[in-house]
Amino acid sequence: MEDRTTQITGAEILIRCLQEENVKFVFGYPGGAVLNIYDAIFSQTHFKHVLVRHEQAAVHAADAYSRATGEVGVALVTSGPGATNAVTGIATAYMDSIPLVVISGQVPTPAIGMDAFQEVDMVGVTRPCVKHNFLIKDINDVAMTIKKAFYIASTGRPGPVVVDIPKDITAQFAKFSYPKTVEMRSYNPILKGHTGQIKKAVNLILNAKRPMLYTGGGVVLGDAADQLVKLTRKLGYPITNTLMGLGGYPGTDPQHLGMLGMHGTYEANMAMQDCDVLIAIGARFDDRVIGNTEHFFRKDRTIIHVDVDPSSISKRVKVDIPIVGHVQSVLAEMNELLEADTKKPDTAALTAWWKQIEAWREKKCLTYDLSTDIIKPQFVVEKLWEVTGGDAFVTSDVGQHQMWAAQYYKFDKPRRWINSGGLGTMGVGLPYAMGVQLAHPEAQVACITGEASIQMCIQELSTCKQFHLPVKVITLNNRYMGMVRQWQEFFYGNRYSESYMDALPDFVKLAEAYGHVGMRIEKPSDVEPALKEAFSPKLKERLVFMDFLTDQKENVFPMVPNGKGLSEMILSEEL
Amino acid sequence: MKHIISLLMENEAGALSRVAGLFSARAYNIESLTVAPTEDATLSRMTIVTSGSEEVIEQIIKQLNKLIDVVKVLDLNDGRFIERELMLVKVKATGTLREEMKRMCDIFRGRIIDVADSSYTIELTGAGSKLDAFLEALDKTVILETVRTGASGIGRGDRILKV
Repeated sequence: MEDRTTQITGAEILIRCLQEENVKFVFGYPGGAVLNIYDAIFSQTHFKHVLVRHEQAAVHAADAYSRATGEVGVALVTSGPGATNAVTGIATAYMDSIPLVVISGQVPTPAIGMDAFQEVDMVGVTRPCVKHNFLIKDINDVAMTIKKAFYIASTGRPGPVVVDIPKDITAQFAKFSYPKTVEMRSYNPILKGHTGQIKKAVNLILNAKRPMLYTGGGVVLGDAADQLVKLTRKLGYPITNTLMGLGGYPGTDPQHLGMLGMHGTYEANMAMQDCDVLIAIGARFDDRVIGNTEHFFRKDRTIIHVDVDPSSISKRVKVDIPIVGHVQSVLAEMNELLEADTKKPDTAALTAWWKQIEAWREKKCLTYDLSTDIIKPQFVVEKLWEVTGGDAFVTSDVGQHQMWAAQYYKFDKPRRWINSGGLGTMGVGLPYAMGVQLAHPEAQVACITGEASIQMCIQELSTCKQFHLPVKVITLNNRYMGMVRQWQEFFYGNRYSESYMDALPDFVKLAEAYGHVGMRIEKPSDVEPALKEAFSPKLKERLVFMDFLTDQKENVFPMVPNGKGLSEMILSEEL
Repeated sequence: MKHIISLLMENEAGALSRVAGLFSARAYNIESLTVAPTEDATLSRMTIVTSGSEEVIEQIIKQLNKLIDVVKVLDLNDGRFIERELMLVKVKATGTLREEMKRMCDIFRGRIIDVADSSYTIELTGAGSKLDAFLEALDKTVILETVRTGASGIGRGDRILKV
């Protein structure tokens, strides 16, 4: 018989690997194929296991934990339905480049391919929505595979990595030794930008007459906000953030023109369109950001693009100066070059450019009607910003409320705004808030949601109760899938096909049934007092579910209709 | 424009499906795809024949490079290269056709590798365009069956794709 005194099970090896990676939380749900792993979790104390109520929420919570901390998020699910339930969460993280390691159980090795109970080809199912995935076939590969998974997830352009582990492997015995380093001949992310290209870019930036900085999620994920602020302030140039990039530059700063894109501000979109030098940093010119590429094209505009992922460069828009590299490193190098350069930005040209921008700002495109007796959703977000001192972590679901949150909650710090930008996954809001609250137990965490989105993961109210997560749920309840309704109003002749939310539950009673505090707010004058109460010390330890009955007809403005150009916005006054 | 892309990748289960999946997910064309292990058993070499605008080809190369299992990618069309494909064609060989098929085979420098009472099997190697030309030169009714390997390509002279 083998000597087992120095050997441990595959499940124990996995747990030890997670300890070595300094994992603090594992979000998961047990099941047959992961019972050995759960048995090993039972007798360990290094990380906390957070039991969710649905595997989708496990991945979302791990994803938000990562977004709020910069660490790799970890989720654990069983084979078959546990694995497929996780897929929406994985795809959500993939689209927003969030580093995750998702461990899925698999049926025992001899049963693979036999249509065994709870078998699904997880590697095949997730292939299009992961950065990489592994099926472990030998217990001696467990440690190296986990090491690689964390390395791949967190380096280069980050993303989710799935590790599928058959049940028999977790029961076998082997010696444990965790590799100190990992080397892969096929994976060497570029970190430092090409110095020649950076010099060229700096020269162009200093010679710009109508410059514009356009920054995305890469600045947040790459922890480059400090360098970006330094660069932007030194240059005195206008800046806009994408939905994913909010907080990368302080939203309350006068140089910040607000978010750009389909629901971006008039001034940000016009400046994007009319600038002569566009400096794109960690952003990817996606369809919701620049609209129609042909309309976006300008002969007299030069584009500099900094991104860690070469395939993001010149994908939708041809750029003139590509710089592949880690955003933080490239920005630091740019700052050094600017520091040393004797040339200064063209003050006269810049003054004229700012004058133009101020004229666009005068449109006051985010103005909304405050004279009614009905609660305006924008008003709730503005009051939330005031009551929380602009310092809360805000998660959102997907739809109108998401856009209002992005427009009216001015994020001054990175990693404060947690939402599904790329995939646009309804239902993320509550599990996102769980992940954030666990990462920052003392912080104010608000989940801005709608009555439709919240119902997609509402079972997590139970998880919040179990783990004492005092999230504040801000439901902007307009009894419609608001964004669907808006498109039906604009583009489908007011035919509101299946977008009305009938038979809504009594959210106050529902919250109470889960052991939380429920509030219903129906008058504008009650908005601020209710928010103050929810965020008061008295309710600090409690989850408060706030059901704001808002204007059913309110639309998100400005709006660039699908397929149109950035300067073809509809403003509210035009309707 | 047609491009021939060569790549080296880790010889691991599922690596082929990652490449094939990438092409279908991003709606890139595949005319042919061949893959086999190299003299280094840990590496597979793949040749993909695709077509698209310069922008699309640039994206294909970048997306291939992004796959974790892919070690090196080379667009053979960036320089001088040789393309070869093998085709086996079974043709009718009865009566006067027996002589005619032999002659066609010789003209295209093919070889008859199987002889039966009423058919020949011809082996032909060359660039894809040469194989196309051979098929076009034959009367459609004499072709009983064809099988092609898809193109393999290699750079000329000093152009070497190696780890």
